[in-house]
Amino acid sequence: MARGESDAAREARPGAWRERLASLVFDPRVRGIALQAVLVVAIVAFAYEIVSNVTDNLARQQIASGFGFLERTAGFDISQRLIAYSNTMTYGRAFLVGLTNTLLVAGLGIVLATFIGFAVGIARLSSNAVISSLAAIYIEVLRNIPPLLMLFAIYFAVLKGLPDPRNSVVLPFSSYINVRGLTVPKPLMAPGFDAFAIAVLIGLGLVAALAIWSRRHRLATGRTAPVVPLAVAILLGAPAAAYAVAGMPFTFEAPTLGRFNVTGGLTLLPELVALTTGLTLYTAAFIAENVRSGIEGVPKGQTEAAAALGLSRAQAMRLVIVPQALRIIVPPLTNQYLNLTKNSSLAVAIGYPDLVSVFSGTILNQTNQAIEVILITMAVYLVLSIATSLLMNWFNARMALVER
Amino acid sequence: MRPPGRLSASVDDRPATPTGSLAIELRKVSKWYGDFQVLREVDLEVHRGERIVVCGPSGSGKSTLIRCINRLEEHRSGTIWVEGEELTSDLRRIEKIRSEVGMVFQSFNLFPHLTVLDNLCLAPQWVRRLPRAEAERNALALLARVKISEQAMKYPGQLSGGQQQRAAIARALCMNPRIMLFDEPTSALDPEMVKEVLEVMSELAEQGMTMMVVTHEMGFARAVADRVVFMDEGEIVEDAPPEEFFSNPRSERTRQFLSQILDH
Ligand SMILES: Nc1ncnc2c1ncn2[C@@H]1O[C@H](COP(=O)(O)OP(=O)(O)O)[C@@H](O)[C@H]1O
Ligand SMILES: [Mg+2]
Repeated sequence: MARGESDAAREARPGAWRERLASLVFDPRVRGIALQAVLVVAIVAFAYEIVSNVTDNLARQQIASGFGFLERTAGFDISQRLIAYSNTMTYGRAFLVGLTNTLLVAGLGIVLATFIGFAVGIARLSSNAVISSLAAIYIEVLRNIPPLLMLFAIYFAVLKGLPDPRNSVVLPFSSYINVRGLTVPKPLMAPGFDAFAIAVLIGLGLVAALAIWSRRHRLATGRTAPVVPLAVAILLGAPAAAYAVAGMPFTFEAPTLGRFNVTGGLTLLPELVALTTGLTLYTAAFIAENVRSGIEGVPKGQTEAAAALGLSRAQAMRLVIVPQALRIIVPPLTNQYLNLTKNSSLAVAIGYPDLVSVFSGTILNQTNQAIEVILITMAVYLVLSIATSLLMNWFNARMALVER
Repeated sequence: MRPPGRLSASVDDRPATPTGSLAIELRKVSKWYGDFQVLREVDLEVHRGERIVVCGPSGSGKSTLIRCINRLEEHRSGTIWVEGEELTSDLRRIEKIRSEVGMVFQSFNLFPHLTVLDNLCLAPQWVRRLPRAEAERNALALLARVKISEQAMKYPGQLSGGQQQRAAIARALCMNPRIMLFDEPTSALDPEMVKEVLEVMSELAEQGMTMMVVTHEMGFARAVADRVVFMDEGEIVEDAPPEEFFSNPRSERTRQFLSQILDH
């Protein structure tokens, strides 16, 4: 390297260095990273401060901490159990019972609210004035009632009006309906059950395959094959054949009407009915609004082009409008699903044993381990939310339009 | 080839159903939007194989007129026959007529969630119940005819305006329509793409398709039309072969319109 050049470079350096620094400071990317780093440090410091404070407090009040309590015996009963549970099992088991109860209500609510929401949303756009105003009334009334009030209305005004157990309404097949719910005979597995279950699964698989084949066949040849009778035959025939070969798959435990209560059998709790109905009807009103605005968001020219090709209104809806409207409907639909799941914690108000009621209610009261219980509960809702969002994002990505 | 003249001297003693050679017939068709009358007792006859260009100032009712023919709009009084079938509110009949009348819109209206090929196959498969293979074969042949075979697997959003409009024409042709309606098919296009669409339409005309085209492309009217219809304020003011229409228009309003449109 020539001497003159290195001198020139040395002279230029301070200025160049300052310039480079300036360009870094004003680089939006560098600024963004720096800002985030500062934020993370601040949050970590804040969290540390809180945690150390709380631990000190707990230690001073001599409250146990840690997750060991999950192994201890719960000692209380839960009115609805989807998994085996008795009061001699652990808090951890009780937690799972509450969690599955929450999942049951959320799952039922999401499926039902989606169906009702789509139906009402499409009805809202009907050219029949009576249908569209009924849908409008449904939407406006239900969206504007606090969901808790609606739960109370269904639970106390309707379901609590049922007769007490002594005056149970007796239904066929030794079923009873009273204020404690609908009790039906409980199926118990008998030796033939495995064969029966396999036969039902095979039947369902065959029918699904048949449905797919029939749609392909319809599109490939333009002709409709008579698949419905065949499907019915498979659905009825497969279990019947299994029954003939392996014998009765179930025995039934019939409920009995005692003096003060119905014992045995399988009971559908009025709390479950009230919670599911309330959450479904409430959320369906919002979904209906999303569906309406989604469909209205598809340009009118699309409906006209479909009509001009001779497609019927129903075909245009199904093949042209709804697939495009879904892009607009799905993101807010995710929010409604999350809202429904979170609103299911209103269960506590009518005594349905959901996660919050069992875990953040009874168990928190009994163990006093508020921090752990609340953290676990929050984590559960967070995981449910993230799972729902991921699923819906995946669905939405599939629906996205290919643009230039 | 000139179509025969009026079928009978007086409008009133004609039979209730029109005679065989008419593709479209409108008798005293009127329509209102609220208090505003868009169509004023429009009478029009289009013979099989005839090419009609409709022009007129914006808001004169051209779109409304051709949209009444496949009942995207409902007329209030008067009668419309399409291929001998009277347009009533019977849905079945409307769907049948629509499947035989192709329509091309100013804004293309391709289905953005389907590939070009699926855009073309949708109606033949669901309305005509054609086997997929046959629908695809027809669609590919038509895409070749409008010279966009290589775009078959693309989505409408990936095509230029001119390509989209040609795909839209092919989509309408897939139903084997007896009549094609065009509502300003080149108005939304950049100038350099107008020609490719007009070429496709001219070829269609040469093959004997009955066409009704709303357009301000007077070169196209001169070259392709059998008759040019001029509309103003919901009325048909002038209805004449292009030579006569351009060189010797009878009405003052037509003259004014032509001087405006041919000036620039
Ligand atoms: N849906 C509608 N409601 C009210 N007025 C309308 C509607 N559609 C069109 N019009 C009016 O009817 C007139 C004719 O419209 P159109 O047939 O679209 O005219 P053109 O195609 O000749 O420009 C215009 O004045 C327009 O504003
Ligand atoms: Mg127009």
